[in-house]
Amino acid sequence: MFMNIPFILLQCATFFYLISTGGYFCYLFYQKDRIQQTALGAVGIGAVVHLFAIVLQSAALGGLPIYTIGQSLSMAGLSLAAMFIYVQYRFYLKILGVYATAMISVLMLAAILLPEAAQAPDKIYKGIFFFGHIILIFTGESMLALACGAGILYLLQEQGIKGKSPGFFFKRLPSLDFLDAVSYTCISTGFALLTFGLVTGLIYARSVWGSFWRWDVKEVFSLGAWLVYAALLHLRLNSGWRGRNSAIMSVIGFIILIFTFLGVNFFLGGHHQGFTQ
Amino acid sequence: MSKIILIGASHKTAPVELREKLSFSQEQIETALDFIKRDPGIKEGLVFSTCNRLEFLYIPGNQALDNNDGIDTVMRFISELKQLPVPEFKSSLYIHRDDDAVRHLFCVAASLDSMVVGEPQILGQVKKAYKTAVSAGTTGVLLNRLMHKSFSVAKRVRKQTGIGDNAVSISYAAIELAHKIFADLATKSVMLIGAGEMAELAVEHLMTHQVKKIVVANRTFKNALDLARKFNGKAVQYEERESALADVDIIISSTGATDYVLTRDQVKRVMKKRQNKTLFFIDIAVPRDIDPRINKISNAYVYDIDDLKNIVETNISQREQETVRAQGFVEEALLAFRRWLDELAVVPTIKAINRKMTDIVNLECEKTLAGLPHLSTADTDAIRRMTRAIASRAIHDPILFLRHTGDHRDDSFYLNVARQLFNLDILDHN
Repeated sequence: MFMNIPFILLQCATFFYLISTGGYFCYLFYQKDRIQQTALGAVGIGAVVHLFAIVLQSAALGGLPIYTIGQSLSMAGLSLAAMFIYVQYRFYLKILGVYATAMISVLMLAAILLPEAAQAPDKIYKGIFFFGHIILIFTGESMLALACGAGILYLLQEQGIKGKSPGFFFKRLPSLDFLDAVSYTCISTGFALLTFGLVTGLIYARSVWGSFWRWDVKEVFSLGAWLVYAALLHLRLNSGWRGRNSAIMSVIGFIILIFTFLGVNFFLGGHHQGFTQ
Repeated sequence: MSKIILIGASHKTAPVELREKLSFSQEQIETALDFIKRDPGIKEGLVFSTCNRLEFLYIPGNQALDNNDGIDTVMRFISELKQLPVPEFKSSLYIHRDDDAVRHLFCVAASLDSMVVGEPQILGQVKKAYKTAVSAGTTGVLLNRLMHKSFSVAKRVRKQTGIGDNAVSISYAAIELAHKIFADLATKSVMLIGAGEMAELAVEHLMTHQVKKIVVANRTFKNALDLARKFNGKAVQYEERESALADVDIIISSTGATDYVLTRDQVKRVMKKRQNKTLFFIDIAVPRDIDPRINKISNAYVYDIDDLKNIVETNISQREQETVRAQGFVEEALLAFRRWLDELAVVPTIKAINRKMTDIVNLECEKTLAGLPHLSTADTDAIRRMTRAIASRAIHDPILFLRHTGDHRDDSFYLNVARQLFNLDILDHN
């Protein structure tokens, strides 16, 4: 392990995220609000520490730290934490914390435990469009991750009500309407961010490689995911694809996104390959 | 002699006809409290009366008018006030003393003794009875503490157990479900098809949540109009019920029809018109009014009366589990109260000893000083100080002994001995 400050900070942040995950699981079982508030606080502290670590890394590297799989996972963790805090501020869907903090913890554990190959930052990855592209893509995908979480909660609650057997979750989850509303907000916000992220990516590609589109595998799959969400929003607005169908689509869409983020370049090469080394 | 007595009859011991005869009006309660105040055999007292119980809680004084801690007196009072001969209600009475009385009181306040365990009204009723007794001046140190402790334990039970959590009636269960489906009932509309007590009760519950509008349909349009007026809503023709589905969210159905009032195809068609907005069907009718296959449609939920009954039964058995926990809290509170009560007995004893000593000292001192007029003021003061000091030091050790009550000692025995040694009074505790 490196003995540098950013890495120590990352470990520190991970520690807080793990505490919050434990807290949210306790909340899931015992429903004590005090526990939930503490867990949310832990996420906040973790995120601040995490942000600080990334700022330091950026300063050292001269750009955003996204050159290794570990760094990318770390960025994903921070953006997910940030978006989760925003969703809590907006909707206060407490139980979502179980899903979100578990995901953040997994991302961060992978980030700090995976062996790192030293990467020399490539000089071309600079500029406002590149910066915007990264931030927008990560925050957009985080919102869509939360939409998936809300969708899962919706499906759990719906199962309890339709199946006439209100089980463990019935008392612990809010109304279907509310879960659907949260999901919808996350989808539309995430979709908007994703759109701008892709656009800035295109502009950046043109400035660096001379063409907007190069049929890189990640580009293609991102476009696919984008189309899925575009279709979902369209169907929701025009054909009443709300509730159950929307929840299912938000889960499927996110699975495609995960594959786009990680799998594509692991398996299929392309100019995004460097980020997942 | 018991320190606390509780006499009463409840839905568990007396049939409703007897309870009706025994029930006290507010005026009668005040008369009873007045009686308690004037009776030298009762130090403190409280009367509690609802449609399901009547209870007399009191602290017997040192000069009970009968040999039975005042119990006979109270029974005679009830008999006279309610014009009921004692034998008629005596067998339905329970008489609790000390720990049992405290335990019973705590259970009642925490709704553990109620007809529907976990009901929320009882605590308010108990508080009201206490307030009345306080105004009448019939409460003292003991009852004040006892009642406040009963409020605490009731609050703790409500807060820390699930005892009051879930619906135990069909109508409430339906509303509970509605809350889990819709975020804000105030923006939803309700349609009632048919009529009937349970259905109308459910509509009334929904009205307290200020639903947006209420629509009534009935095979007989006049009935629809009557009900619509009752609920401040709109009536529609029975044949229009399908198109009415487009604008409502919750449908309560309770007709005598033998076939389905709403079929799956009808709902499928309407879902398209509604942009798939959620529909919740509450089917109270037997035979069923709502085609159960509608439950399979996305965003549509159908609950028939058996489904609602299942929920109520699950909730009831959950409530029963929580009851065990609640009883644990009651026992804890009982122990704490008993410890306090035991301690209390030491204090008046010590006070009484102090008083007696002070009286003796003052008496003898003044007697002697009266025969020594030649002494200066300084001298008499010094003598007085000396006698008081002697008395203090003489009883210092006994008081220390009494104060340090430990759990391994039988305190009431020692208190009893102390009181007899110093001849402080009164009746012994045995």
